[in-house]
Amino acid sequence: MSQLPSRLGRERALQLLREMVRIRQFEARCAELYSAGKIRGFLHLYDGEEAVAVGVMQVLEPGDAVVATYREHGHAIARGIGMGPLMAELYGKRSGCSGGRGGSMHIFDAATRFYGGNAIVGGGLPLAVGLGLAEKMQQRKAVIACFFGEGAVAEGEFHESLNLATLWKLPVLFLCENNLYAMGTALARSESQRDLHLKAASYGLRSEVVAGMDVFTVEHAVRDAAAYARAGQGPVFLEIRTYRFRAHSMFDAQLYREKAEVDEWQQRGPIVTLRNWLEAAGLMTEQDFQRIQREADAEVQQAVEFAEGSEWEPVEDLARHVYAEARGP
Amino acid sequence: MSEAAGERISYRKAVRQAIREALERDPRVFLMGEDVGRYGGCFAVSKGLLAEFGEERIRDTPLSESAFVGAGIGAALGGMRPIVEIMTVNFSLLALDQIVNTAATLCHMSGGQFPVPLVIRMATGAGRQLAAQHSHSLEGWYAHVPGLRIVVPATVDDARGMLAPALECPDPVLIFEPASLYNMEGELTEAAGSADISSARIHRPGKDLTIVTYGASLWRSLEAAEALAKEGIDAEVIDLRSLRPLDDATILGSVARTRRVVIVDEGWRSGGISAEIAMRIVEQGFYELDAPITRVCSEEVPMPYPKHLEDAALPNPTRIVAAVLGLFADA
Repeated sequence: MSQLPSRLGRERALQLLREMVRIRQFEARCAELYSAGKIRGFLHLYDGEEAVAVGVMQVLEPGDAVVATYREHGHAIARGIGMGPLMAELYGKRSGCSGGRGGSMHIFDAATRFYGGNAIVGGGLPLAVGLGLAEKMQQRKAVIACFFGEGAVAEGEFHESLNLATLWKLPVLFLCENNLYAMGTALARSESQRDLHLKAASYGLRSEVVAGMDVFTVEHAVRDAAAYARAGQGPVFLEIRTYRFRAHSMFDAQLYREKAEVDEWQQRGPIVTLRNWLEAAGLMTEQDFQRIQREADAEVQQAVEFAEGSEWEPVEDLARHVYAEARGP
Repeated sequence: MSEAAGERISYRKAVRQAIREALERDPRVFLMGEDVGRYGGCFAVSKGLLAEFGEERIRDTPLSESAFVGAGIGAALGGMRPIVEIMTVNFSLLALDQIVNTAATLCHMSGGQFPVPLVIRMATGAGRQLAAQHSHSLEGWYAHVPGLRIVVPATVDDARGMLAPALECPDPVLIFEPASLYNMEGELTEAAGSADISSARIHRPGKDLTIVTYGASLWRSLEAAEALAKEGIDAEVIDLRSLRPLDDATILGSVARTRRVVIVDEGWRSGGISAEIAMRIVEQGFYELDAPITRVCSEEVPMPYPKHLEDAALPNPTRIVAAVLGLFADA
């Protein structure tokens, strides 16, 4: 917690903790609901990476845009998408934030400029470049926060997109959530250059490593990067080093990593780190933390009830949304 | 710069004029692709537009089909109206992820929140001895995909008139321009007319049989129809214009009158759009038919380089006439 600015008050720290706990409790419930058969398809949980989403979203303005991955519940919650519509989406209900058509991997929300929820690794990067281009061409000042895992760095779209964004000086934050495993393939087994920020830097853009288990460090780095991009100086690549505590998806037996490795990272987890720091500094008690968890659980419970109480889309509507319903001007 | 009805104009110039007017009409419109600016377009379609509109709106890209097509999608979502040019349909395969996994799905996956008002133009087809990586006709593949709209302008009117409605459409529209038609000249019948992008057109009315075709094969079919007229067979020729949606009503209406059908498609036969058209006729008009449906398609080889072999691989008037005469052999 060395990066903690002195002006940061207790309330601010607690708010960041609360955001991370909200994500953690939401995901825990999702795992249960998956086992209960309420949620189907692929489900990728965000445990361990909460400091990334929460740190980034502190910086974004309402008009900024987000392009996320298939492990995006955390991004969605931190961005301000309500847990109710989010959970309803995981249920596949009509009241879901994507109308139930997307599910866990395809969270969309026009109100917060949340452009998915992309389940093609690397597929979101060109989209973010285009959103950045639209900002620049219309002389607007929004930045585009584009999340992707380190696995995407092996895709051609990564290279094409970094080149194009840098060439055109577009306001895109390329936020690489390096959790060391592309599904079950360790970085060392798939990349010739494991220092991914060096790979990115070859395109001539600003490129940095960020300690992703510390929410303050993430926020600080992203604040700098966003100011740089917003000022028209071009894109930034941040290699945010983090770790996924749970399995890749609910089908993953985790044969590719040792439990000891997971345990070690869990001890450095973003929530426990901030919690310990707050308690050691006398800013939070055990009871405070439990209250934060209870509040989050209550919010998740409400979301579940909302999802349970929502209606299924009638089958007669199956063919809707293949094409736009409101014809454009 | 507007052309008057009756003026002769090349297909290339008709496309250029459509792009120019779109740029003049709407500040959100811009053109982006490989060599569209300084080079003037690989088929010289955008020649001169850079000088007129500047680098911001006539935007040269690196050879990164996936990134600049995806950037077109993102720019469309961000409020722009991009025209993305891909040099040929073969190169569009490098952007297949963005076209099929993103452009075609976003509206649906987002529950209607994010339609993608994007136009992608690309050259298609053979006839210029460009061999097996520049000459194929894969528009039928794209027509397989819900969420896309696929149009193929075959006439100067459509080359001129289809872009504006494509840009107005809130969904992704892929415009396939047959490369062999860029030098073709024709008379504009509608000066600045905005064509529709979902219906077929009876290009040549006739009463004895229906030839269903599109793109460069329209002209091969019309030539065949003239030859057939000398044999006393009056062929109706339908220019599909749109491959998705397919205009079933126009096709079936014609079949109900003529009772015989030949489908002419520059794509390959197996699994092609010609099979889809034939099956729709079978499903909806089987009892109208007096003869089996026949197809004239490209031979199932990657397009060869030598002229005589390329010619032999493509549908041509001789093959079309032979197919038609086959339908009347027992009549």
